[in-house]
Amino acid sequence: MKYTRLAIDNPHDLTFGLAPRPLTTRSGMVIGGGTVYPELNFTLPSLHICKETLPEVCGHYREIISGALTRASELDAPGVVIEFETLPPMTEFPEWGLEIVKILLDGMAKEAAATGLKSVLRVTPNDNREFERPPLMRRGRYWDNMLKLFEDSAAAGAELLSIESVGGKELHDDALVNGNLPASLFSLCILGARDMEFLWTNLNGIAKRHGVVCAGDTACGFGNTAMVLAEKKMIPRVFASVVRAVSAVRSLVAYECGAVGPGKDCGYENPILKAITGFPMAMEGKTAACAHMSPMGNLAAATCDTWSNESVQNIKLLGGMAPTCYMEQLIYDCRLMNCARGEGPASARHLQRWMVQSDAYLDPQAFILSPEAAVELARAIVACPTPYLAGVAVARRAIALLREGHAAKKVRIAAREIGWLDLMEQSLDELPSDENAFIEEQLALADRTKFLPQEYGLPAYS
Amino acid sequence: MTKLQELSALVEKGKRNDVKALTQVLVSEGVKPLVIVEQGLVPGMAAIGEKFKSNEVFVPEMLVAARAMKEAMIVLEPLLALAGIKPKHTAVIGTVQGDLHDIGKNLVVMMLKGANFGIIDLGTNVSPGKFVDAIKGGGIDIVALSALLTTTMPAMRDAVAALRAPDLPPVKIMVGGAPITHEFAREIGADGYSADAASAVDLAVSLTAGAAGW
Repeated sequence: MKYTRLAIDNPHDLTFGLAPRPLTTRSGMVIGGGTVYPELNFTLPSLHICKETLPEVCGHYREIISGALTRASELDAPGVVIEFETLPPMTEFPEWGLEIVKILLDGMAKEAAATGLKSVLRVTPNDNREFERPPLMRRGRYWDNMLKLFEDSAAAGAELLSIESVGGKELHDDALVNGNLPASLFSLCILGARDMEFLWTNLNGIAKRHGVVCAGDTACGFGNTAMVLAEKKMIPRVFASVVRAVSAVRSLVAYECGAVGPGKDCGYENPILKAITGFPMAMEGKTAACAHMSPMGNLAAATCDTWSNESVQNIKLLGGMAPTCYMEQLIYDCRLMNCARGEGPASARHLQRWMVQSDAYLDPQAFILSPEAAVELARAIVACPTPYLAGVAVARRAIALLREGHAAKKVRIAAREIGWLDLMEQSLDELPSDENAFIEEQLALADRTKFLPQEYGLPAYS
Repeated sequence: MTKLQELSALVEKGKRNDVKALTQVLVSEGVKPLVIVEQGLVPGMAAIGEKFKSNEVFVPEMLVAARAMKEAMIVLEPLLALAGIKPKHTAVIGTVQGDLHDIGKNLVVMMLKGANFGIIDLGTNVSPGKFVDAIKGGGIDIVALSALLTTTMPAMRDAVAALRAPDLPPVKIMVGGAPITHEFAREIGADGYSADAASAVDLAVSLTAGAAGW
């Protein structure tokens, strides 16, 4: 593990708008430098994406960027982050994705020329590798086309490179629905960590070639899937919370390989990563209700440096097109945070306390992502030499925090979930301390039809 | 408690080894395999399904029960086949083209199996043509389609249209997934919509019984 100490070890310093290692963009935005910026993400309404519909697709993106940036200028936003998260065909055919990148950059340049609005584009190609089953993680047309879109987007001027990578997901979904913590650890800390290292080393090469930055990854397909399953009462919230803590180990690898933030918005594990790395982080919460439910709509903002809406369809609302309306909501949320920050540390701390206290008691996951808990979890991770041991350690710490919080009536845990804390702890107790032994054990249990060990640098047969 | 009731209770608790052992006892005592399925195993899965619906258990507990039932089916399937008995109903299921999400679909598969449906799982990213191929030979009662992206909803529409071709055997089509609504399901010509895996089974059962899905 590259990080052996925390960049932020005092929870009071783990706060919104301030990061020890801020990022300055080409347009002069300083992310993590004292100002929280809105970060807008959007998607298409129900529409088949193909060559024939590409003009219509592009029309949507022109409409989105024009409307949203006009609203941002009207509301005197200090700057905006625009995230273009592609849909699968836009990565499969990178020329389509690139066309949209250019449309967005053009819209941003026009608004800057007209009103002086600062902006930066984050491009997040969809990770299509899992379209192949079992996935080829390091080769093949999905890998090649994904990297081509990164490369071409960076060359065109997309300054922040991100992805919701899927390495390990082919086994993790089963781990979640079976409530299997060791299998989750294998997916996140063995497969996921190895894939992240391979992927982000490549992305860092692209970023360096074009003078842009690797921003960060997210355990969306892991931690957020768990969170949503828990919200649907399919798996216990405490299990989803522990998976979230473990997911930070996987997401951390991007920073070990050169990413500098802002971390990807749907990485709810980002407070832990901010404490470790000191890099700025995007977060999403109540303003992402358009995309999915979360149990920490306010708390998520407590440590954010950009504040996002996750994704909203380009559909008409009374107030305008939905992305435009969400831009407005994000700007007002940011204004409030920036106003508190402007009044000084005491006011910022006060607002942060309300953000945390309004959510933390009500949900285990919110509780473990509060600044106090996030620093504790971060500390457990950096104390370990390998991702596997860090995963086990942070899982243990998360369980302990939940037990302590429940006993102190700081977090509400449903009675039927308490036994799951014991089950998870017991499963951790039974794990070997040796990583190779763990890998052997899990390879013997894993559904080998779903993944190729060699795609993760593991022996094909064992 | 009869032995069949005991079997149901063991399935519900997910006691895999006990379920297998009791199934073997019942077979050796001459109880017909279909009776064991319909009066022992299916009620056990139905009971755990009801507990799930009322938020008393989570999916992992249901999967434990499903694995217990599977152990019994390993004993029973050869006997059922020997007697020429097939599941009363068969469903084809898949996530539509362009979409890789399959957690919801897999849960529906598990619950339909628990209700003794025969299942043909086509996986994810399934083209309309693959769905059509799966029903061409007949014997399919239900086709269940899943989509989780707004941009793959058109693929669901295409699949339904393909399955409605006049030269194909008639099937009931049910749809689901986060962006799918009753309105959309009706619009594309599906026979029913379910919001979650648990209600998908109820829908499948009612559709095969001839009820309307709306």
